[in-house]
Amino acid sequence: MKNWFMVTLVGQDKPGIVAAVTRALYEGGCNLGEASMVRLGGMFTIMMMVEYGGDEAGMVALTAPVESTGLRIHIDAVQGTLHRHIEPNIRVTVYGADQAGIVCETTEALARLELNIINLETDVGGTDEQPIYILHIEGVTDTTREDIETALAELARRKHIETRVTSINTLIG
Amino acid sequence: MARLEILTFPDERLKQVSQPVETFDDRLRQFLRDLEETMDGGPPSVGIAAPQVGRFERILLVDVSIKPKIKNHGRLFLINPRIVAEQGQEVAREGCLSVPDFTGNVSRAETIELEAQDPYGSPLSFTMTGFEARAVQHEMDHLDGLLFLDRLVSRRDLFRRKKYK
Ligand SMILES: [Zn+2]
Repeated sequence: MKNWFMVTLVGQDKPGIVAAVTRALYEGGCNLGEASMVRLGGMFTIMMMVEYGGDEAGMVALTAPVESTGLRIHIDAVQGTLHRHIEPNIRVTVYGADQAGIVCETTEALARLELNIINLETDVGGTDEQPIYILHIEGVTDTTREDIETALAELARRKHIETRVTSINTLIG
Repeated sequence: MARLEILTFPDERLKQVSQPVETFDDRLRQFLRDLEETMDGGPPSVGIAAPQVGRFERILLVDVSIKPKIKNHGRLFLINPRIVAEQGQEVAREGCLSVPDFTGNVSRAETIELEAQDPYGSPLSFTMTGFEARAVQHEMDHLDGLLFLDRLVSRRDLFRRKKYK
């Protein structure tokens, strides 16, 4: 019986990391599911669903050689399932002069509206002297776009930030 | 009337180029009724192309009127469709009857000038914009063996390029 593991890797970014890791997993008899790699602050990060016939100790042994290249690896046995995508129906963008609390206050406001976040990305742009913070969220909710807009408008006034709410209207054809 | 089987990728037939319709007869119109029944009886969708049911001819059915608050021309049977002009580009999310359980962001022209023929071979022309234009472009891709998977852009592209009016 196959088991799912969530494998997280963090380390200094350099070319060939993904190839080295996935080669080790492939040769160890693993099968990849959903994965997301992103460079954060110049660091390499990846999370992968990995299907494997062995147990957690086997998985650790399999990925040990990768760890010797300076990557930190974290492995969790999980109850993974494929083909369970949830489609986001709303997109929220918040941006403004960088300040503490933007993510916290935005996501609290969205949680009160029972919006379930599916994707969240934040970034810092601008310059060292005048950084701007950008928060981008995709989620699913029964609350109307207008009601989300109203809730975030209060936040926008108080923190002097910009908020945008748009519907995601997925075309199926 | 018959509900037709919808081909799903990785069926290779979805990657082939479809041929123009030359004969506008009752057999064609019978097929259009079957195509309509297939779309109406399947998962909710705003269009279907003939090759999705294994008929490799340049035929589309598009109907975005089920979506609220969207400009549309109603239910359209489009034979031998051609885009003769286009303007603007917009990224939005698409999925496909032939690609279950996956959606992604795709860039399409915002406005198109479309020419086609009706089920009797008479010429049609439309100016379409937004969601309806996107639906036609998605379906026309099927006629050339293309899926929205051939046109994916990343989530970050949407994030960075999205323009607010
Ligand atoms: Zn399609």
